[in-house]
Amino acid sequence: MAKQSQGRKVKEAKGNRLLVLPIYIFTLLFVGLPFVYLFLLSFLKRAEVWGVDFTFTLENYKRIFSPMYLGNFADSLKLAFTSTICITLLGYPYGYIMARMNKQWKKRMLLLILIPFFTSAIIRLYGWIIVFRSNGVLDKILMGLGLTEKPLKLLYTYPAVVVGMIYALLPFMILAVYSSAEKLDYRLVEASRDLGASSWKAFWTVSFPLTLPGLLSGVVLTFVPSMGLFFIADLLGGNKIVLVGNVIQEQMTKGRNQPFAAALSVVLLILTWLILKLYRNIAGTSELEGIF
Amino acid sequence: MKKTFGHKLTIVYVAILTVLTYVPILLTVIYSFNESKLSTVWNGFSLKWYRELFRDSDLWEALLNSLILAGSSCLLAIVIGTTGALGMHGRKSKADKAVAGLSLMPIMIPEIILGMVFLAVFSFMNLPFGMLTLIIAHTTFCVPYVYSMVKARLVGMDKAYAEAALDLGATPVRVFFDITLPLILPAILSGAMLSFAMSFDDVVISIFVTGPKVNTLPIKIYTKVKTGVTPEINALATIMLVITALLLVGAAFINKIGVKEKSEKGERK
Repeated sequence: MAKQSQGRKVKEAKGNRLLVLPIYIFTLLFVGLPFVYLFLLSFLKRAEVWGVDFTFTLENYKRIFSPMYLGNFADSLKLAFTSTICITLLGYPYGYIMARMNKQWKKRMLLLILIPFFTSAIIRLYGWIIVFRSNGVLDKILMGLGLTEKPLKLLYTYPAVVVGMIYALLPFMILAVYSSAEKLDYRLVEASRDLGASSWKAFWTVSFPLTLPGLLSGVVLTFVPSMGLFFIADLLGGNKIVLVGNVIQEQMTKGRNQPFAAALSVVLLILTWLILKLYRNIAGTSELEGIF
Repeated sequence: MKKTFGHKLTIVYVAILTVLTYVPILLTVIYSFNESKLSTVWNGFSLKWYRELFRDSDLWEALLNSLILAGSSCLLAIVIGTTGALGMHGRKSKADKAVAGLSLMPIMIPEIILGMVFLAVFSFMNLPFGMLTLIIAHTTFCVPYVYSMVKARLVGMDKAYAEAALDLGATPVRVFFDITLPLILPAILSGAMLSFAMSFDDVVISIFVTGPKVNTLPIKIYTKVKTGVTPEINALATIMLVITALLLVGAAFINKIGVKEKSEKGERK
């Protein structure tokens, strides 16, 4: 009997080995190799007219450390921090409360969150342009209420970009916290309440630590993309707010300087990697909660 | 649970935030019926922007491109992601771990890097930019969704079912089709749905890897919004919104029927 099942295991393993072929080939060819190329590219020179000159240089990295580009990195990080903090403050209670609703409402709320989540980000941002533009909806409301006298010109300002970021990334946080809070055994909270803890204390000593993995993965899921969403800065910030993403895009298209864009990407990748590593150390797992 | 004041407050909070997320969407819908070309004034109800939209053949082509692109990347992701998750399940090899980690990379990094990398690589390879490059790039970020969903499902699955079937003499192939596949099907479908939506929605990566002749719907909208606001976009956004909402409600409905059937079957036993 034991032998038989062993033989079966070997057979299964053989079948399995062939099954991994597609993901091996695809990933190595279209994810692995491109990133090796990116790394190499960042040490090359741009050609005079178009393309890449295959000579080694450190010039690209030196250029990043000029005040202008360091400033772009600082701006991007600042925006990412600001949006992530706002998203956490708004999204954590939302996801937590949602997980405490009854089954039917949970389903309804999920649907309500997913509908905007699944519509094009551009379309959703476009709605904010209508809200923010000079003499737009927000100006009209504020002026109608007598709070302001003339149009505020909110479009193409920093707050507009932050709102855009929050709007685009909030669902990630909500879903991450929700999936973590859903698994929370509420009897633990009730037990601590029975033992005399105030609801505030019960939350901070029981619920919060147990939903922390969701919160942390929500932070990663909002922080990382927010450094690269150049079109939000583009559409809501005009040309005033230049993020690393915008610089990369410009260097790839108008600037025609692929190696420099590659160097910027490598630095951004290292930043991303550091954030993920930090997450791994704090959360003790590399798995992200929420959409997975 | 008692409805305390705090409880009511939380409900109000959720309600306000939910309403706020729908404000820009609702405005888009309202202004799509506006007679005026300016979105600052309301000139009365009209369907003229919808009429104009249907006459715009470029947009129809963009829509078709988007559907082809999302459909193909989603199908490829289903094959690659599902076989990958199945093949790697229950093995502890370092190579597997490395490849799995690498395959997740496209959705772990800022999108712009992915777009930039593909633009650089495809121009190095002299690949013509167009639908093929779009499909390759989109598949890379679709695979992780299917892979992770199926993997999570396999981890949570009770091995006993498959083992029982094997002990009762079923061939591994039959076990796969009769036991494993039905159990992981919901995971495959939800992964596929997510990746379809992500691909259909993508601007950042598409802008980098598309050719001069191929436009997808999000690219088209992006360039239109950038060059100036036209009410046509309001109408287009409204249509896309209705389609998304219908799809999601439909999916939830199908899910409900599935759950009902399952519980009925359970009762019969």
